[in-house]
Amino acid sequence: MSGGTYLGMPAFPEAARAATRDERLRGNLRHATHTIRDKRARAVAELPDWAELRAAGAAIKDRTLRHLDGYLERLEEAVTAAGGQVHWAADAAQANEIVTRLVLRTGEREVVKVKSMATQELGLNAALERAGVRAYETDLAELIVQLGDDLPSHILVPAIHRNRREIRDIFAERMGDWGRPAPEGLTDEPADLAEAARLHLRQKFLDAKVGISGANFMVAETGTMVVVESEGNGRMCLTLPETLISVVGIEKVVPTWRDLEVFLQLLPRSSTAERMNPYTSMWTGTSDGDGPSTFHLVLVDNGRTDTLADEVGRQALRCIRCSACLNVCPVYERAGGHAYGSAYPGPIGAILTPQLRGVDTALDASLPYASSLCGACYEVCPVAIDIPEVLVRLRERVVEGGEATVGGTRVRIRPARGHAAERAAMRAARWALDHPGALRAGQRVAGRMRRLQPRRLPGPGAAWSRTRDVPPLPPESFRSWWRRTRGESGEAGR
Amino acid sequence: MNAREVVLGRVRRALADVPRGEEPEREPLERGYLESHQPADPVELLAENLADYRALVHRATAGELPGLVARLLAERGASSVVVPAGLPPGWLAEVPDEVRRVADEEAATARLLDGVDSVVTGCAVAIAETGTVVLDAGPDQGRRRITLVPDHHVCVVAVPERVVDSVPLALRRLDPSRPLTWISGPSATSDIELDRVEGVHGPRRLDVVLLGA
Ligand code: SF4
Repeated sequence: MSGGTYLGMPAFPEAARAATRDERLRGNLRHATHTIRDKRARAVAELPDWAELRAAGAAIKDRTLRHLDGYLERLEEAVTAAGGQVHWAADAAQANEIVTRLVLRTGEREVVKVKSMATQELGLNAALERAGVRAYETDLAELIVQLGDDLPSHILVPAIHRNRREIRDIFAERMGDWGRPAPEGLTDEPADLAEAARLHLRQKFLDAKVGISGANFMVAETGTMVVVESEGNGRMCLTLPETLISVVGIEKVVPTWRDLEVFLQLLPRSSTAERMNPYTSMWTGTSDGDGPSTFHLVLVDNGRTDTLADEVGRQALRCIRCSACLNVCPVYERAGGHAYGSAYPGPIGAILTPQLRGVDTALDASLPYASSLCGACYEVCPVAIDIPEVLVRLRERVVEGGEATVGGTRVRIRPARGHAAERAAMRAARWALDHPGALRAGQRVAGRMRRLQPRRLPGPGAAWSRTRDVPPLPPESFRSWWRRTRGESGEAGR
Repeated sequence: MNAREVVLGRVRRALADVPRGEEPEREPLERGYLESHQPADPVELLAENLADYRALVHRATAGELPGLVARLLAERGASSVVVPAGLPPGWLAEVPDEVRRVADEEAATARLLDGVDSVVTGCAVAIAETGTVVLDAGPDQGRRRITLVPDHHVCVVAVPERVVDSVPLALRRLDPSRPLTWISGPSATSDIELDRVEGVHGPRRLDVVLLGA
């Protein structure tokens, strides 16, 4: 019932080629990404201090990551003091086992879920299903994906690959199997489809005894959890059930209450291009007579500490999952989300997945090549993750092997076979990074890299580089702005 | 070793490059951004931004409020309304007696609230720059579920007292130990071909009354 699986998916170039041939998928994606992209630019332009907010966002996240152990301990203390229970999971199996046990202990066999990329990453729904527990996804898009026995393809609009006609058919055919059927004569008007979802899910919310969520932020100082959403299904899952289980990656912690002032400005404008999303819920432990009487927080590692161990790759953990990088990525636009083979599509997936899972499989090893290094993702990223820099680092790991941390242990990765053609390109790219002059030239990293690379990428990159269409670089990049205004010593500068 | 120690141990090993004794809080964090974008008229901006997100904005003096609330409920054809324990009684003074008052209490379960048409509340803080009202479960706002399950929410904002310019200023006024709900327009989705549709699970109609002198 949790839909398809990412396991056994073909490597990026194969999957991307298939998606590129799918005209309708490409059309939907192009329309969607361009629409959000333009709206985002307008929402960001409203704030004259965007660059400073972005710098502060990056700096807060870097500071948190540098002292993650201390902040996690503080968070645990604060959540516990407020009446919550904190659990720790080193990997997906442990996390799923903990959640399953907590659900079974309530005696319930159904749970309502609010969209959470972490639980998607963990494969939680499938694990619950094996234990006889049905997990109902309650985001409209997740519902479409779940009813369609499908996989999400975009962080923010997971059903971006489905058009209204298909959604109508999925609702009409499948809702009845899951609960209240779709109304007779359902049309494909978005308002009608939303109404059908409202009616279908209302019963689930009113009956639910257990809710499962992720969180966008966790405040170490106060133990406060934050969930940002649009539809109200989050509020339903967070307030109506008796038991709430939040499953959250350890990198979602921020040090102080005040830090939210930065992220609550960065996130809505970057993701849905709104000044503020319709609903944000914040809760601290449990409150008497209001909301769940039992609150569990499951803190998940599952490769995050391996990512943290790499001084360059670490910055991927700053990600606040806004999806802005997807919407500007020429590769994503052509390849679609499924080609990335994980819960994390697009540029962020290309740097996060190979770090969370390692580069052992052909799919994961090919992800760092799923980019033209054009740098557009970096320019829009609200926490200034230098995605091209991490991609280069990971390509190096794939091609030349070297030290990495896998499952908490330091290992030496052997060079991947069959990538000999990349070696030349890698050497050239490394040259640029090894020469401070090239870096100081500011955003020219991306520009230079493009010149230093063959026009058409060899090997796995070839599939998309044929249709490559690189957006122009802005006149002054964040990096050059940062260097110009902060000098060389900025904490978040790299 | 339990999972907690495993994870914390991995974090510490991963951070081998961080100098021992580095204290994050010793160095102040550079916050070059603005505390407020200094709107000329915060109440006006609040009204504009609320309306931009399809909340229906009204203005009333204390004398006009009871009549306005009665009219807003009547427009929706409401036959029942949830009343937070600390809502000023006068606010509902002109709502006819036939409109059933439902108290916000333990017994008012979600299932019961599902049969109630409207809810009237105050608000803790409203943010001009984002068009947001924030509820903190105070006496005039009640439990979180009463503003979630009914399909119509009338939120009364005392202006200018409850209005702040910006997100940073709002956080300063709020108490993190209380359950907080930030609301910016009615529930919405753009999941179907990016067409914005108002109203999925939360109240599909949000009336915000700016209550002035
Ligand atoms: S990498 Fe940056 S732009 Fe991409 S989803 Fe994460 S925060 Fe957003």
